[in-house]
Order: sequence, then structure tokens, then C-alpha cells
Amino acid sequence: MFPKGTKRKFSDSGDEPAAGGEDVNQPSSVAVRMLSSYSLQRQSLLDMSLIKLQLCHMLVEPNLCRSVLIANTVRQIQEEMTQDGTWQIMTQALSAANAAAQCSADRLVATEVLCRQTEATQGEQVLKPFPAVGSEGCPAEEEVVVEEEGEGGVTMSTVSPQAPTSYLPGTFGMDPCWEEENGEDEEEDEDSEECGSGSEEGDSDRLVEDSRTAEQVFGTFEIKNPAPSPDPALEELFSDVDASYYDLDTVLTGMQSAPKMGPYDLLESLSSHGPSPLSSSTSCRSDLNELDHIMEIIVGS
Amino acid sequence: MKCFSRYLPYIFRPPTTILSSTCHTEADIISTVEFNPSGELLATGDKGGRVVVFQREQETKSEPQRRGEYNVYSTFQSHDPEFDYLKSLEIEEKINKIRWLPQQNAAYFLLSTNDKTVKLWKISERDRRPEGYNLKDEDGRIRDPSTITSLRVPVLQNTDLMVEATARRVFSNAHTYHINSISVNSDLQTYISTDDLRVNLWNLEITDQSFNIVDIKPCNMEDLTEVITAAEFHPQQCNTLAYSSSRGSVRLCDMRKQALCDTHCKFFEEPEDPSTRSFFSEIISSISDIKFSHSGRFLMTRDYLTVKVWDLNMETRPVQTYQVHDYLRGKLCSLYENDCIFDKFECVWNGSDSVIMTGSYNNFFRMFDRNTKKDVTLEASRENSKPRAILKPRKVCVGGKRRKDEVTVDSLDFSKKILHSAWHPQENIIAVAASNNLYIFQDKVT
Repeated sequence: MFPKGTKRKFSDSGDEPAAGGEDVNQPSSVAVRMLSSYSLQRQSLLDMSLIKLQLCHMLVEPNLCRSVLIANTVRQIQEEMTQDGTWQIMTQALSAANAAAQCSADRLVATEVLCRQTEATQGEQVLKPFPAVGSEGCPAEEEVVVEEEGEGGVTMSTVSPQAPTSYLPGTFGMDPCWEEENGEDEEEDEDSEECGSGSEEGDSDRLVEDSRTAEQVFGTFEIKNPAPSPDPALEELFSDVDASYYDLDTVLTGMQSAPKMGPYDLLESLSSHGPSPLSSSTSCRSDLNELDHIMEIIVGS
Repeated sequence: MKCFSRYLPYIFRPPTTILSSTCHTEADIISTVEFNPSGELLATGDKGGRVVVFQREQETKSEPQRRGEYNVYSTFQSHDPEFDYLKSLEIEEKINKIRWLPQQNAAYFLLSTNDKTVKLWKISERDRRPEGYNLKDEDGRIRDPSTITSLRVPVLQNTDLMVEATARRVFSNAHTYHINSISVNSDLQTYISTDDLRVNLWNLEITDQSFNIVDIKPCNMEDLTEVITAAEFHPQQCNTLAYSSSRGSVRLCDMRKQALCDTHCKFFEEPEDPSTRSFFSEIISSISDIKFSHSGRFLMTRDYLTVKVWDLNMETRPVQTYQVHDYLRGKLCSLYENDCIFDKFECVWNGSDSVIMTGSYNNFFRMFDRNTKKDVTLEASRENSKPRAILKPRKVCVGGKRRKDEVTVDSLDFSKKILHSAWHPQENIIAVAASNNLYIFQDKVT
């Protein structure tokens, strides 16, 4: 499921870094090696955590304890990255690159990365918002999400900041296609197993389910920007319903019933994304146009 | 390192038969094990929503060797899979916990729960039935009234023993999140059911009403950083309960203080050791099980790598900490990757509170003697369990040189985990669940 692209090059070029450091090839000093090794480990842990949160989906409700623990781990990594300045660098780079959305530096990184979809239209390399969502289709989703934000803003704010941090290395001028860190072959295998049969989902489905996915998964995350109040009519409709898992999607979809999106839909959409990052841009553009169109319909513009 | 051969006062022998289902499917995986208060019955729940109750054979003079073996007494489907239409999610039928009520008459009562619903089951024996009805014949068919010429009084006839289980109460719709524990109060009238964020108090007689006594749900779900992982009533004090959190703390609450026990009376948390801090520190500190000692003086908690015994009078740190499988500390990243780090192991006390037991990987389980400070690792597996033979202690090799019979950390099978086990309330009989197999070990005849 995950593209077998080139490995992320964090601080050195050329080598395929692995967590725990096969850094024997690196000419830098021991300290730098250790530091970059630690950063790589941390990054890989972050990626892994985000994948786990994404893939928390089964037909059964995800385990809240597990989600909370993973979320706390991600938050912890984020805090540490903020402390040592890595986070700031990345958010700044992203906001500089971002033209479409007005994102301040201390907004959740997710939003910036998601806003970066405009680059895709210019044929630049694409950053994916969610690691688990895969490669090509994502830019379209990014765009969609951004537009939604324009509408209600709920999407962006509830999308976890941690989600796109896996793409942060992209801002350092490296391959922005989301790659797996060190030997996460197991994970790739696991994910490709879970993909099952990859039937193409409608773009609108993908849109909806990704939003729902985000909400379900990151419902417990902190939101720096408070969500603007959702449509009061909908609120009333769902006032007696526990909002933990589907607050977001009722707002987004504007439907009376919760969309019957289960994990298999998500996995199908994931599997529908091809493995090669090279073909991503072309399919991205067509997806973008389609989603553009669909978004217009949904947003009602 | 020394290999302990015999240092616990008990030596466990495997039974003549290992109880397991004939076809191993996912549904047969045992998800809970519990002895009843007298130890006569042993209940297991599985992922398929079934409960199997074993009864101990009465010892007979003719066969003294068959000393109290457990045989199947009753099997019933406790919970069925459901579908939550509002959330479009399935509700698993897996039995999360079983708790017995103390026996008060000829019938046995137990509470079993899945993620959302608690049920009270009555297990009773029937060895007689009335025969000789007037209006229906022996098959139950209605008799034609015109053929009835005389009246007779039905009499009770002996029949083969039948054990039937009936659901007497269904306690539903009180939990938004997944129920992780139930605990019967010492007053025998109430019990608590606990999910990730709330603890509800029920009366055993009343199914349409429950009281929420602990609620840690934040106003904004995005602020959620801690969930409740287990809760239990104090064995003697009917007003006291304890609940553990995913952050490694235990809170003791007194229900007399106020209706909503959100403020605790006691808070048990061990300060973190900064030298072992890592990104996984919080996850491995998450408490997976708590158990009061039978005496009510101590509380045992199980987190990923250790078992801790707390004195209820001292909140600052546990009185004893036992390393279950510290060799996994260096493998936390891999265990995080394959999700094993989220495994919830249970822990149990023996009847006299002198020994505690908990499970590990590779079908190993560990026992710690609190008095002698000795510990043993045993394995629940068919290959190593010859009937009547003594269970051989196992050893995990942590250093470089592996001795014969030692198991290296890398060769541990992480898919074989012992999460659930139970200890007979009085005797040295333990029940250990290893996926779909139930092992019952007894100590040798003393």
C-alpha cells in the first residue's frame, strides 16, 4: 500500500538511513550521526503512530484506550520536535510554500500540508496528508479539505496536525512523496494485506470517508483553532447523540444519517492508490479536477 | 543465573486432559477465566460470545487420583454480535469479563459482559420433571379434551441431570464506550461496570437504571489524554472502589463522600524514573489490570512490564515491584509496531495473598512469591505438559550465552500470549488460558 519510493534522507544525502543507524557510511561525526539517528527513529515512530491511528478502523469501534495512547505518543513527539526547533522549521517552510490557505505558523501542521495541494496542480511533487491514505489520491483530498475549511473550517481544525508530519522531511527538500522509514517492510506488508481488493471508490466517497476517518481517528486530538460552531440545525438533530466519533462527519456531509463508511471503504480507497510515486502526479491532476467538481457541488458554490 | 527447580511451595502438574475446542477458530479464543467464590466452578468466556462452565469433580474414595478434575458443566451463548445502527459499527460478542456471585441457593449466578451489555445468568440443575399432565401428553402436544376421561395429579419424576442457563437480567444501554471490567460489590446487591470513561453502579435487580459514579470524560473530547482501564470494588468495604488509568495511576474512591466520585480519596502513582524515560514510557505504564488482595489490604496493578503491589495506606509508591519480562524493554519499538505493546495482561492473587501470577509471551506465565521473593516462569503448552509430570521452570536467556533449555528473547513467540488466568480461591489450582486452550494445573497432593 505504501509507495516503495526512495527512502527519506533526513540530514545526509545518498544513504538509505535506517532507524538505529546503519550510519557507518556517513562521514559525519559520531554526535551528528547519533543525533540524526535519533531524529530518524523519532520520525519513524511518528510515522508509525500516525499509520496506526489511521488504520484504527475496523467494523467495530476502535479501541479508545489504544487511540489515546498512540495520540499521546504523537503529541509527545510533537512537543519534543517543537522544543528542539525541528517543528518550527517545518511549519515555517510549509507556510512559506503555502499560497492557498492562510495558515499561521502555529497552526497545526496538518493544515499547512493539506493546503499544499496547490503545488500538485503545478505539477510539483505532492505531499500526502495522511500517510495511510496513500499516494496519488491524496492531493485531491487535500484540496477538498481546504475548500471545506473555507466553508466551515471544521475539517482543518479537527484534522490532526500530526498526520502530515510524516511529510515534514519533504520540506527539507527531499523526496516529498511519503515514504516508509527504515525497513518498515512489515508495515507495508501488513497494510497491503489489509488493503484487500482494491475497488475504486467514488471520489466523493473517498472525500467523505477521509473526513470521517480523520474525525474518528483524531477526535481526541487537541485542536489549536477551535472549531467554528457547526450548523445549528444539525446540532439539534444530533444533540442527544454522543459526539465522540462522528461529530465531524455530520457537519461535513450534512446528511441525516451517519454515512455508512466502514474501514473497508477506507482500505479499499487506500489500495486503489498505486504504489508508484511516479505515476502519482498525472492521476492526481485528473482526481483533482473531479474532486474540484464534487466539492463545488457539496459546498454549494 | 540460577535455575529454580523447586522453591515455591507448590509444584504444578498438568491435568490429564487439556481442555480446548476441537476446531480452532478465532471465535474460540478464550477472553476471560474466572473461578467462582467456592472454587467449585470455573467459567471461561470466548471471543464468540460463549461461556463454558467447568465443574470440579467430587473426590471419591474409589478414585483418589482423580483429585478434583474439572469437567464441562454447562455451555451457553451469552452474547450475540450486534450492530449499532446509529454509529454503523458492529458490537463484538466477545466476552470481556465474567464475575461470579457468591452462591446463595442451589443455583449459580454469574455476570458476563461484552463491550456494551452486561447479563446476569442463572445456571441451575434440573434433575426432575413433572410428568402426567392432564391437558398435554408426554411430548407436549395438547390432548384432545374429549379424550380425557379422568384426572390425575402430575408427579415429579427423576430425569437425567440437565444444566440450564437462563439470562435473568440484561443491563444494557448504559455505556457509550467499551466495557472493560465489572465488579460485584461485597453487599451482593450492587455491582459496577466500567468503560473507558465512566463507571456505572447497578443494582442487580434493576436493569433500566444505573448510576454514573465516575466520569472522566472531558467537555472537549480533543482534550482526552487518559482513560479508565479497570475498576474493582474493595472485597470487604462496600463503599470503596478503585479504578486504574492509562497513565499508570490508581484512584481509590469512597462512594459515601459524594454521589459522583470524580474526586478520589487516594491516588496511587509511582513517580517516573527519568533514566528509563522513552517515547513508550506512557504506554508501558498504562495499567491493564487491578486486583485487590483477598485481605483487602493490598492492591495489585499490572502494567506492560511489571506487576506492582500497593499498600492501600501508602500512595507514594508500591511496596513491591516485580519484573515480569524486563528483557522486552529493549524491544519496545518492535512491540509497538506489531501492537503487542497494547496487550492487556491480567494478574491474580492466590488464596492467601502470598503468591501472585501473571502471563507473558510464548505461553509463559510467571509466579512471584511475595514472602520468599522467589519467582518462576512456567509454560502452558502441550509439548511440555505430560500428565502427572511436574511443570518445568522455563528461562529466558537475556545474555549472550544461551544455555540448554533456555529460550532467547528473539525466539519468543509473541502471538502466544497468556492474558487471562485465574487462581482457585482456596487451593493451589490455577487456570491459564492460552488462545483457545485452557490449562488447569494443580499442585501435587500434599
